[in-house]
Amino acid sequence: MGLLSRKDSKLILDPLADDNPITIQVLGICSALAITAQLKASIVMAVSVLFVLGAGNVVISLIRNIIPSKIRIIVQLTVVAALVIIVDQVLKAFSYQLSKELGAFIGLIITNCIIMGRFEAFALGNGPWRSFLDGIGNALGYGVILIIVGFFRELLGSGTLLGFKVLGDPIAKTGLYSIGYENNGFMLLAPMALIVVGVIIWVQRTRNKALIED
Amino acid sequence: MEHIELFFKSIFIDNMVFATFLGMCSYLAVSKKVSTAVGLGAAVIFVLAITVPLNWLLDQYILQEGALSWLGEEYASYDLSFLSFIMFIATIATMVQLVEIVVEKFSPSLYNSLGIFLPLIAVNCAILGGSLFMQSREIPTLGLATTYGIGSGIGWFLAILAIAAIREKIRYSNVPPALRGLGITFIITGLMAIGFMSFGGMLTGGDEASKEEKTVAVEKHEGSKENENITLSAVETSEDKVIANNIKSK
Repeated sequence: MGLLSRKDSKLILDPLADDNPITIQVLGICSALAITAQLKASIVMAVSVLFVLGAGNVVISLIRNIIPSKIRIIVQLTVVAALVIIVDQVLKAFSYQLSKELGAFIGLIITNCIIMGRFEAFALGNGPWRSFLDGIGNALGYGVILIIVGFFRELLGSGTLLGFKVLGDPIAKTGLYSIGYENNGFMLLAPMALIVVGVIIWVQRTRNKALIED
Repeated sequence: MEHIELFFKSIFIDNMVFATFLGMCSYLAVSKKVSTAVGLGAAVIFVLAITVPLNWLLDQYILQEGALSWLGEEYASYDLSFLSFIMFIATIATMVQLVEIVVEKFSPSLYNSLGIFLPLIAVNCAILGGSLFMQSREIPTLGLATTYGIGSGIGWFLAILAIAAIREKIRYSNVPPALRGLGITFIITGLMAIGFMSFGGMLTGGDEASKEEKTVAVEKHEGSKENENITLSAVETSEDKVIANNIKSK
């Protein structure tokens, strides 16, 4: 990280692992679970949150000195809602099918607690550049989990990644299917998202004992 | 009959927590004790029961395409639906604030016991999700919207009550250290979600006719997406099931 000072690069790197918004801070879980049956949807969601959180953090940081503290929640919600409307309209314009599949979950970025959490905890007390880095870092930490969950669910559930056949052809029995693997349709159902995230948390805490809760 | 069906459907089949993962953050954060879980659950039922019908009215008379025609002929072509996020969240924030003021005035003890959780409801995705699903599922009447709001609230209440009770008991069991706390809560929720999936056949009773209808809908959906072999709507778990069945049959 030659471009950034050590303190600044910490803002980006910390949320990727030891201060991950999903597995450690327990924020923004809803959307992380609901749209991960497909890798493509997970990536789109991660990019949307990256945009909203990065831009939102900068905006809030710029106006932090003129927001009356009593109405700051409403101001924050308005900023997020405006940014999410942009994302929603862009998605509708360029990838209508995908925006249909994500459905209400794009709108739910507004109430994604990572965003409110970062506004409250960071952007209200720091300058725009550092807020931007913090937003990007946390959105990346969120995106990483989303992509891991999406990867395993799509791979094991339908044998594809981003819609391409990876495990071979299930009907002609090539690739992994020739040695008897069957697509596990259960991975595509809602409960498995929770269990996959649970396993990710398990792995993470086994590797880093300091994170274990009592 | 319609009301009863929608009511049970929104409690069990489309349960906010187990089928669509809404309000997970507060579900995980507030479920350590049964007493706080009950308080938050009750507040969620209350706020959902108010905001869903209110937002239904907003959607019907202001936001939908052509909804402004009651103002006059020249407004009939307006489509303000892109504003729905901002309008919904404004309604919700206002209602939460109003509820807070009313509770503080009439029942200070309840107000103190709920504490920080009341304002937190404004950013609980279950609340906004209720309104957005109400919009995307095109619920036809105000009465049904109210039923839907109350039903989803009760479903959420049920989920947080159940997990809080389990978490109170699980403290005495020997969970692997790395799974303690958050990890095991996720896995229990997953298992509970598997259990709740079995409610899926509750209203159809395994009736083939209604299943047929769903499959057709999915096929249409797939057809529009050219040749991609699997399409998934993350929102409609019932579609998920049909697709999973298709995969198995392949």
